[in-house]
Amino acid sequence: MLEDKDRIFTNLYGLQDPGLEAAKKRGAWNGTAAFMALGDDWIVTQIKESGLRGRGGAGFPTGLKWSFMPKEIGERPHYLVVNADESEPGTCKDRDLMRHDPHLLIEGCLIASFAMRANACYIYLRGEYIDERIALQKAIDEAYAAKLIGKNACGSGYDFDLYLHHGAGAYICGEETALLESLEGKKGQPRLKPPFPANAGLYGCPTTVNNVESIAVTPTILRRGSGWFSSFGRPGNAGTKVFCISGHVNTPCNVEEEMSIPLKTLIERHAGGVVGGWDNLKAIIPGGSSVPCLPRDICDDVLMDFDALKEHKSGLGTAAVIVMDQSTDMVRAITRLAYFYKHESCGQCTPCREGTGWMWRVLTRMCEGKADMAEIDMLLDVSQEIEGHTICALGDAAAWPVQGLIRHFRHEIEDKINTYRADKSVHAMAAE
Amino acid sequence: MTNLRKVNVDGKEIEVPGHYTLMQACEEAGAEIPRFCYHERLSVAGNCRMCLVEWVGAPKPMASCAMSINDLRPNRDGTPANIRTDSAVVKRAREGVMEFLLINHPLDCPICDQGGECDLQDQAVAYGRSRTRYDEGKRAVEEKNMGPLVKTNMTRCIQCTRCVRFISEVAGVEELGLVNRGESAEITTYLQANLTSELSGNVIDLCPVGALTSRPYAFNARPWELRKTESVDVMDAVGSNIRIDARGAEVMRILPRNNDDVNEEWISDKTRFVWDGLKRQRLDKPFVRENGKLREASWAEALELVAQKLKGDPQRIAAIAGDLCDMESMKALKDLMGSLGVSSLDCRQDGAAIGGQGDGQGREGYLFNSGIAGIDEADAILLIGTNPRMEAPIINARIRGAWLHDDAKIAVIGEATDLTYPYEHLGDDPAALVALAKKRGGFAKILRDAKRPMLIVGMGALARPDGAQVLREVGELAAKLNIVREDWNGFNVLHNAASRVGGLDIGFIPHNGGRDLAGIVDGAAKGEVDTVYLLGADEIDMKALGEAFVIYQGSHGDAGAHRADVVLPGAAYTEKNALYTNTEGRMQDGFRAVFPKGDAREDWAIIRALSDQIGRTLPYDNLEGLRGTLQRPDAVAFDPARLGKAGKVSDAPFVSPITDYYLTNPIARASAIMAECAMGAVGMREAAE
Repeated sequence: MLEDKDRIFTNLYGLQDPGLEAAKKRGAWNGTAAFMALGDDWIVTQIKESGLRGRGGAGFPTGLKWSFMPKEIGERPHYLVVNADESEPGTCKDRDLMRHDPHLLIEGCLIASFAMRANACYIYLRGEYIDERIALQKAIDEAYAAKLIGKNACGSGYDFDLYLHHGAGAYICGEETALLESLEGKKGQPRLKPPFPANAGLYGCPTTVNNVESIAVTPTILRRGSGWFSSFGRPGNAGTKVFCISGHVNTPCNVEEEMSIPLKTLIERHAGGVVGGWDNLKAIIPGGSSVPCLPRDICDDVLMDFDALKEHKSGLGTAAVIVMDQSTDMVRAITRLAYFYKHESCGQCTPCREGTGWMWRVLTRMCEGKADMAEIDMLLDVSQEIEGHTICALGDAAAWPVQGLIRHFRHEIEDKINTYRADKSVHAMAAE
Repeated sequence: MTNLRKVNVDGKEIEVPGHYTLMQACEEAGAEIPRFCYHERLSVAGNCRMCLVEWVGAPKPMASCAMSINDLRPNRDGTPANIRTDSAVVKRAREGVMEFLLINHPLDCPICDQGGECDLQDQAVAYGRSRTRYDEGKRAVEEKNMGPLVKTNMTRCIQCTRCVRFISEVAGVEELGLVNRGESAEITTYLQANLTSELSGNVIDLCPVGALTSRPYAFNARPWELRKTESVDVMDAVGSNIRIDARGAEVMRILPRNNDDVNEEWISDKTRFVWDGLKRQRLDKPFVRENGKLREASWAEALELVAQKLKGDPQRIAAIAGDLCDMESMKALKDLMGSLGVSSLDCRQDGAAIGGQGDGQGREGYLFNSGIAGIDEADAILLIGTNPRMEAPIINARIRGAWLHDDAKIAVIGEATDLTYPYEHLGDDPAALVALAKKRGGFAKILRDAKRPMLIVGMGALARPDGAQVLREVGELAAKLNIVREDWNGFNVLHNAASRVGGLDIGFIPHNGGRDLAGIVDGAAKGEVDTVYLLGADEIDMKALGEAFVIYQGSHGDAGAHRADVVLPGAAYTEKNALYTNTEGRMQDGFRAVFPKGDAREDWAIIRALSDQIGRTLPYDNLEGLRGTLQRPDAVAFDPARLGKAGKVSDAPFVSPITDYYLTNPIARASAIMAECAMGAVGMREAAE
């Protein structure tokens, strides 16, 4: 269990003042200029050695990503873009970081930008996050006033500007290239890759897009050392992580824990256990709505990290744990998610535009049992025709929950179909 | 190509330039890649996902239209990357995408005009499954208004965005877009306003399905019923390459043909939709005027009458050739007039001072010397007295391309109108020309320093009383700014008439002291010219011809025929084998798609018959014989500074000769479609004011 002294986000619950002075007392902005004096290579090496993997869902090693940026600034400026468009159902970690510990993020922006030789950083904030915008802007203003950012940031001689940009409430703008399009003032539709943003990103310039949490943990990693950070979790899954636990638990919460904590321990210790006890558990979506759900027998002993969940054909995603107890109608639950992805598909490329609606319609019928047994396999096939054939990962995100449903809860769909048929034949007999 | 890369496509190793896309490489290797959204003249969208191929070792199939060979890594063992277009992964991806495209497609092929030439149809047969698994309701999308030319059936749309990319990139009017998202995504004009581009019809060809079809052609024919004739357009001086589709005696539609040096694969709306003008107001019988009224006559009677008139005093006879004339008929008429001793000929019915001042500058003095394809290379362009958007939309799109892709600098002396690209406006009258010649900095410097500078002078600058003097000013400017170089001739004349360069080439201009256009009209008004032979000339002021006896030979009952005392029915450009020379001096073959209407005959043959009647039989019996006599002017050393005539220029501003793009010639004026477009354009202008 993570001890309090090892927590990065010490004001995750907003019990203390989020302001600059209080944040400084908690350690923020401590020695920032000194780290910058050690040079950009040193920072990138530290992050690489810490084993930090991106916290936005895909889990790409953050230090490696930073090292993709050109070593020298050429004709084009470099940019850091922070993805604060947190819209995945179940995920609510970044909003707490931004509301209650904004200075860690701002400091992280400075350090990461410095490490990538970016003189400007944009934070793209989810449209619905109004309070967070106010809180974050206040903190940015404080940092500017204290000369921590802006010209000669922290007295390091480095000029750095930070802009907060408010989105308009589209899930797809959380995809990094759609985010860049939106930031440029265009319609938020993902770009083709390659070219990757590190070559041609915002306004065609080298750009790195990182999740809020990935950036916010970097100052503390530098302060406490990469060895400290990598001491948590299994190899390849280092560090601490903010988990968002929601659904049928007694005390839903955000909590910072070490990686590779057993899922059961996480829920029992921090979320007050499953409503009605562990035996009442039906399924858990371990990483936000886009990853496949896991049935109870897997949840019993699975570890919460990238590799363990991948072994079970699911994923850590954003570590948003959605707990569903025995009262849950799994088919309806996944149908609701399918509706979400149909609603949020950008409509640019064919499989996602057409396939998400198809899956949702079939699932809607299956909720009532108005379907054919053969359609279950057809649905799986359709989901696989979407997966991997789209421009961005939204197609995969739409397909995985459906695949998880069929993989683990096929019997529930079959039951519904059988029940519906039995009812119909009863009615038919009654009519005779 | 220094950067050659090896790649293995379906087991076949090939070497291609690194900047090639996977799609190009696969095609190089002989593998066919299906596609919908990809179009080689538009930006890459990569959204249809039909062109997915497998890169062995990669987790997902790749969109081959967007992935470049440079981005491929060789295999671990150093052998070239393996691309598969025939694997199970690819087959499944294609089948999946095709299924998705079809689930919300209405499958109304029997009532769809695209049927028979539909990419979706063809590729569904080749790459799709034979049955649908989709059991839900299909999406329906409301029709959109895109004006009188483009008919929409948006339920059929597969959101490939080719039309959006064409309209914003090539046509340069941001009037189409994809609104909403997901399943609700729709292509729309949003305001439901007409497309204002002169190139809008090209979206019909680009649309891979039947969502955007030709409104005038709707439900008229099926592609397999049509007889296809490759020919050349005469609506402007570009000489766009076209295909005329005809059924029986009727031209059903006109489509572009690819020619990278001329029109790429676009044609203007006038070129595409003028075909209904070929069916209206046609002259299908000879007429003679009797008691003030035209009455039908026999060929023998009409020719006899004309022969009589032409046997008169050659000093009192004149001939004018119109804008749509082919070279053979002009040559035949010139030869006939020559044998009669008539020296008052002119093919410049707008009175443009080009090609005939005796300045001895040869062809280069009146050609678009850089070539239309040369615009792609240009880095600085000065437009003088021309509105290329109206006068040659195809050339305008090329200029836009030079600005869009290569950042060419553009300036205008003339009317300041929306040309679809930004330009520096240097003034609107000849004084601006003089001022520019005196300048050291500004656009003069840009032109002087440019690698490939272009001056484009239009008829708005030359077809005016001081045209010859303006031409001298332009020529002197060209000389001063070193526009004409050893390896590059940046002096360009943009003509409006398809016949003009051909006419100048064969010398259909006054000689031996003959009258030019102004002299002919003036002479007719004063009674010094008794007989005027109009070869398809409709744009001159007919009232000014006074009491002269007017012979009109042409295809349409327009201004000339109304004034005429004898009408000799000729063939329209779709009805004869003929040669046309475009503004860059490119001679191109037009071919007969249908026969002339009624008793009408091919124009050169009418003149040949007339020569027989007069007793001065022309020395050729067939088209080949006639073509053998065609000769271009001899090449001479070109000195732009000696073009035109020295003298005072007026301070009247340059005005484009085209007031209404859709109604510039007799065929267009006979077309109901063009009339509707013209009304729409007027409405748009009024609404804007």
